[in-house]
Amino acid sequence: MATAGLHDSELGELQRRLIILRVGLLLVVALLALRLWHLQIREGPYYRDLSENNRTRSVIMEPARGLIYDRNGVLLANNVPSFTLYVSLEDVKNRELLIEQLTNLLGLDEALVRKKLTARGSKQLPRKVKDRLSLREATLIESHRLDLPGVMVQVESQRNYPGGVTASHLLGYVGEVSPEQLEKPEFADLHQGSIVGQYGVEKFFDRLVRGQAGQKSIEVDALGHEKRTVVVEQAHAGDNLYLTIDVRLQKVAESLLGEESGAIVALDPRTGDVLAMASRPGFDPNVLSRELTPKQWAEIVQNEGRPLNNRASQGQYPPGSVFKVMMAAAALESNTVTPSTTIHCNGGYQFGRRLYHDWKAGGHGSVDLRRALIQSCDVYFYTVGQRMGIETMASFAHMFGLGEETGIELPSERIGIVPSSAWKQKAKNEPWLPGETISASIGQGYVNVTPLQMASLIGTVANDGVTFRPRLVRAVMDRATGALEERPAVPKRTLKLRPEILPLIKEALAGVVTEGTATRAKSALVTIGGKTGTAQTTALSKEKRAEKDIPKKFRDHAWFVAFAPVDAPTIAVAVLGEHMGHGGSASAPLAKVLIETYVKLNLPAPAVVPDGAVAREADAGGQDTR
Amino acid sequence: MIDRVINSRGFDNFDFRFIGLIFVILGVGVLSIYSVTHDQGVAFPFYAKQIVWILLGTIAFLVMWLSDYHRIARLAYPAYAIILVLLAVVLFEGKSSRGAQRWIPMGPFAFQPSEFAKLVLIVTLAHYYSKAPRVGWLQRVVLPGLLVLPGLLLILKQPDLGSGLSFLAVYAAMLLMVGMRSKALGVILLFSLMLFPFAWEMMWGSLHDYQRQRIMAFVDPAYDPGGKGYHALQSRIAIGAGELTGKGLYGGTQSQLKFLPEGHTDFVFSVFAEEWGFLGVLALLILFVTLIWLSLEIVARAKDQLGALLAVGIICMLCFCVVVNIGMTAGMFPIVGIPLPLMSYGGSATIMTMASLGLLLNVKRRRLSFF
Repeated sequence: MATAGLHDSELGELQRRLIILRVGLLLVVALLALRLWHLQIREGPYYRDLSENNRTRSVIMEPARGLIYDRNGVLLANNVPSFTLYVSLEDVKNRELLIEQLTNLLGLDEALVRKKLTARGSKQLPRKVKDRLSLREATLIESHRLDLPGVMVQVESQRNYPGGVTASHLLGYVGEVSPEQLEKPEFADLHQGSIVGQYGVEKFFDRLVRGQAGQKSIEVDALGHEKRTVVVEQAHAGDNLYLTIDVRLQKVAESLLGEESGAIVALDPRTGDVLAMASRPGFDPNVLSRELTPKQWAEIVQNEGRPLNNRASQGQYPPGSVFKVMMAAAALESNTVTPSTTIHCNGGYQFGRRLYHDWKAGGHGSVDLRRALIQSCDVYFYTVGQRMGIETMASFAHMFGLGEETGIELPSERIGIVPSSAWKQKAKNEPWLPGETISASIGQGYVNVTPLQMASLIGTVANDGVTFRPRLVRAVMDRATGALEERPAVPKRTLKLRPEILPLIKEALAGVVTEGTATRAKSALVTIGGKTGTAQTTALSKEKRAEKDIPKKFRDHAWFVAFAPVDAPTIAVAVLGEHMGHGGSASAPLAKVLIETYVKLNLPAPAVVPDGAVAREADAGGQDTR
Repeated sequence: MIDRVINSRGFDNFDFRFIGLIFVILGVGVLSIYSVTHDQGVAFPFYAKQIVWILLGTIAFLVMWLSDYHRIARLAYPAYAIILVLLAVVLFEGKSSRGAQRWIPMGPFAFQPSEFAKLVLIVTLAHYYSKAPRVGWLQRVVLPGLLVLPGLLLILKQPDLGSGLSFLAVYAAMLLMVGMRSKALGVILLFSLMLFPFAWEMMWGSLHDYQRQRIMAFVDPAYDPGGKGYHALQSRIAIGAGELTGKGLYGGTQSQLKFLPEGHTDFVFSVFAEEWGFLGVLALLILFVTLIWLSLEIVARAKDQLGALLAVGIICMLCFCVVVNIGMTAGMFPIVGIPLPLMSYGGSATIMTMASLGLLLNVKRRRLSFF
């Protein structure tokens, strides 16, 4: 080309300038290499970790809770598969949008969803937003899955109580572990959203029943879709519990109370086995194990009937004349009276300026201890109490297990009150007044007991002075090994009484039913011994008013404690009817029905625990169901 | 003399090495694309398409290699005019992707004029400078600048920041190599400095949101891992996680699980780096440097200014793309959307790059022919 030659000098110049390009190129490439060395070698491990975090998600596999059976193997609590909504925060790009979507799709409470998603805790673990999704809701979520990054629907086992309200206080209910609980050491291995027992046996035996959560590491792609499972640490189901209650007896006890408030406890005095423990009103643990809105919760807590209160172990009432059983033993053992000592009752007891009435106007005439028990003579026990003094009374009450926990394996058992001068000084900072001894001697005044304590007391009498700790769980079955561990009956203490005392009292208590205040408990089926009690709730003047004229909430509590059969007792019962009036008329018939039911059921003792196959079959959706 | 002419028409050792290098890099590219897209589940996945593009690119390479580059240069102005028209057409008829209109649909495929515009610009500028002695800063700087400007504006309008920057880089590199008097250089620097605030305002104002976010994210990609800095961070994670020896073919979780977006196009280097590690990366850099080194040899032995300028322009464009692409994937530069030459998936880019390299080799081929 002609023109080429013209620029030869410029070409040479250009070619000399190539050195700039060569040096520049090497410099820049060296810089790139340095940067890559920094990224890949110096910070390589850091970025490798980041890439691992990117691709793996931890998924918790909730354990199936252990099953709960009654003494005959009737299922009381199991698990059913249910859909649970989880959100993996790592995959959520826009939290506000997600909250809005979930609120709209499922009609959830916005504040609640926000709380769940913003709660403190590990970002790696998915947050549980809602459990027990309906099939429709689960389908709705799945069909919008592409618009809802990080949202997962998992199948999990949910606690289910086939019996509904039956034995609700005993079984309790479950719920998500609360932030406060999570800070305690016994919940240390749990996480937000874990299900723990919150009441009853579920709570007391939570450690056994809870099981152990597993963890699954899944590999996900950028959209959060599961690609494959990387590591699996299996969940371990909780242990099964075999309770001592007989659900048939339990149902009868509950139906006996009906709509009334009250409690019925039935124990086997020979072992302490709790055969039935009813408290009314009850609740449906299925409802409480669900997530409640604050409003629903307030409704339950503020309910005047206080359905969450287990009246059997937490209700505290004056024992009324039931206290006389203990008083009689105390009077004999302390030599305050002999069996033949008689005291004249003219319907009142004068102490200082005050006249203490007998329940029966006109009095019972001259009575010895046996008659005083049979007719529940107040004046007799006023006199005995006055002679004995409050301190002796208190020490015998403690011997009978009052003022202390029975040791039943339920949370928050109440202990009642055994008054004494020391107690009063401490509790009220006032000196003991002599007149208060007289009230206490018939179980009024400051004396407070729980129905469970009363059942234990009458059981102790029936069992010739040997108290057993109330036993709720007969056996625990380890889910991993299938091994059944029997939990033995635990003798608590033996009364130090002269041997003739308890037989005498038992005979008198049999008389209460045959010829005394509790003739309504007389059964053609079985001999029953018992004691009525009528606990005054308010300091009503003693003027007699017709029962029906008194407003319900001011009426007396009706007590009846009983054991049967008299010669070889196998059941001890305490019945308390709140504001049901007289023990003899209101409570004694209930105890009779219950005892007759028990006799008819003719319980074989001890019942055979069903084999593991049955247990597993009933455990619908146990294991890992993700 | 005669035998050397004859020799130059044959296929010598240099050509063999040059072409060999090109196909090795192309092969590495296909392998990486295959690794990311092999489980795509479509009848005609990306790696297969890329092979088709390479075949078409080979034809372009041969055409550009075996024609006379002087004849090619003579077509420069009309070609540049056509490219300008195509760039204008893109703005009205183009296919958009992520907020930018860059493609002209052609049946099942799409044609990206801005890629070809780079090569055409190189030829045009080389033609301009070599046609007559260009003296004075008006002839050396302003007139070619006016030539560059319409193309640049049309590309920025799409907007295609990456191609726009390549355009500027080609212009700057050619200027530098043609040589400027220090006075002219001073004037340009002064003007640039004065105009910079306005230019920045114009540039920044003309950017799309996603471009601004990308540039902002460059400052701190860790600030918002789910959002703006996502590409940059995921790319750095991919590269870093490769460590010394890499995770092996298909072993890159970042790309296999799609955490790394655009693994087959702009971020193919990150895929390669994750799978082959620092050793692989060094090898790849050496491949690229060797290719450019051989190209510089061609310039050094070019027989005329046109050839030298063509070669320099092509080398500068390649260097710019390689450096900026690797730099952006490694988090040294903002993400501007420049593909990695010979490796990133893309029809227009692959064909254009191979055509450019063909033209480059053409300069060497003709260096000893006298006629």
